[in-house]
Amino acid sequence: MAGVSDSVSAQMGMHTEPLTGRDIKTKFTLQNEGGFAYHFARDVDFNRRAEIDCAELEPSEINRKIRELMDSGHGSIVLRNPGAKHSLIVGILNRMNFIVEGSLGYFGCGLLDGPTVRISGRVGWSFGENMMAGVCLVEKNAGSTFGAALRGGDLVCKGSVGSRTGIDQKGGTIIVGGDTGAFSGFMMQRGRIVVCGNAGKNLGDSMYDGTIYIGGEIQDLGVDAVPAALTDLDRAWLTRKLTMYELLPGKGVDHFTKIVAGKQLWSYDNLEPSEKKLVL
Amino acid sequence: MCGIAGLIYRDGARNIGGEMTAMLQALKHRGPDSTGFAVYGEPGPNEYILRFKVAEQEDLGRGTKIRRAIAERKAAVDGLLEELGVTVLDLDGPTEYASRYRIAYDGDMKDLADQMEEIEGTEILSIGNALELIKDLGDAADVSGAYDLGVFRGTHGIGHTRMATESDVDIRSAHPYWAYPYNDIAVVHNGQITNYWLMRRQLERSGQRFVSNCDSELLAVYTAVNLEKGMTLEDSLERSIHEIDGVFTYLITTRNELGMAKDTMAAKPMVLYEADDMVALASEEVAIRAIIPHEIDTTDPYDEEIRVWQA
Repeated sequence: MAGVSDSVSAQMGMHTEPLTGRDIKTKFTLQNEGGFAYHFARDVDFNRRAEIDCAELEPSEINRKIRELMDSGHGSIVLRNPGAKHSLIVGILNRMNFIVEGSLGYFGCGLLDGPTVRISGRVGWSFGENMMAGVCLVEKNAGSTFGAALRGGDLVCKGSVGSRTGIDQKGGTIIVGGDTGAFSGFMMQRGRIVVCGNAGKNLGDSMYDGTIYIGGEIQDLGVDAVPAALTDLDRAWLTRKLTMYELLPGKGVDHFTKIVAGKQLWSYDNLEPSEKKLVL
Repeated sequence: MCGIAGLIYRDGARNIGGEMTAMLQALKHRGPDSTGFAVYGEPGPNEYILRFKVAEQEDLGRGTKIRRAIAERKAAVDGLLEELGVTVLDLDGPTEYASRYRIAYDGDMKDLADQMEEIEGTEILSIGNALELIKDLGDAADVSGAYDLGVFRGTHGIGHTRMATESDVDIRSAHPYWAYPYNDIAVVHNGQITNYWLMRRQLERSGQRFVSNCDSELLAVYTAVNLEKGMTLEDSLERSIHEIDGVFTYLITTRNELGMAKDTMAAKPMVLYEADDMVALASEEVAIRAIIPHEIDTTDPYDEEIRVWQA
């Protein structure tokens, strides 16, 4: 594999540094397992469980309590009576278990890197925005912009989601058990979206890259989005992922339609596959 | 940003005032400038509820002359009603500048409205058999308390918390809007209408009147014109999606219906809860949870979706 420094794109001045980590302060390599955790991550015990009754608390108080429990080593936190409050469980850069007994409002579980979250109710707009790693599992429906700018991890909604699902998605996987609305995958740049039901209009509009799989009807495709052949690799991956989350249809995955970007990007499609992630 | 909410009972009248107050108070963060309610009570035979104001709340801080002007304007309204042969069954003045009259009248309601609004500073908030439209500056609890709305019984209603973006912070620009000159029709809206001036000029050329520069008023006038032409509420909602440009979600109520329309981009939020005994809608689920604390299944209507529910 050609190194970054001697690539065509490097000669063009598009990037001059090797990939060093998820931010400028925290660097890690695949060989350095410890580097996958932030240096400020709490040392928590998943067997230590605590509960927060959210009924009478403001979102800021709930988020503060979560951090206090993490500081004291609790690795599993249950939120009771969340009452569809906004901005809960945000900015958690730690491996953690969260169980939400009820529904969240807008901007739930944003900016996560690491936790596993299970939600028994529904979630509002912009759930899981900018998540970098982890798993979020929603049992009921979700609002619009589900998984906006997702960068990594699995974001799963067993019900239906609103419009603009995976807008500006940069990585990771979004899985929807029901239907998705208009403009899903809008300006998608990487990652995968799987929808077991139907998709609204302008699916994949202006997508740069990434893959969308739709199990039901597609109202229409957006600019730059084109159908592609479903390969054995796709089938194996879909079967594995949907089985993991108990969403595998009885008839399997052969009926899924695969959508990819159909537009050639001059500065992108000329790159070697290993370099593409550096650009995006 | 603005927050909107709607509620309709399918099993008869309940405390619609109290529940709408709770829903709108939960949406206070979406718009703290003003709050408005359009609630539908149990109509009496051949009776109308007339709600009007003769000044703005902020006028009260501008010296003592305004109080004399308010008294003169109210006297002028009373004189006009007597002249037109309107029977005032009872009257109430929840604030210095706003009044509620229960009237009996079999004349031309449009003529009555036009003549009343010729009196300086006077604006009709609503006329209806069942509709009562209340709006003022402040949050839902403030407005509901001032107008004694917490115990209002009715079948359905809509409400609005306003963050003023394109017109003034006053009662005139607050929602809901009554669909002049039609009884019992009101609108609340969240969004921006980008062909507002074009459509407004068209409607004004055909004789319609606008009292504010708020784009949401267009929806009320537009709907009134459509209904006058004989369209159903469903037809008007459907047509609005294609004739009105911009990003919007709006709710509209008639004497026994609650309707909803969402634009082609689905850019403005709406959460819907449907049950056998009620339907509740709001910009955020937290408003629905204010009246239904237990776990429920809610959905987001999609782009270009219209719905109408009967009381």
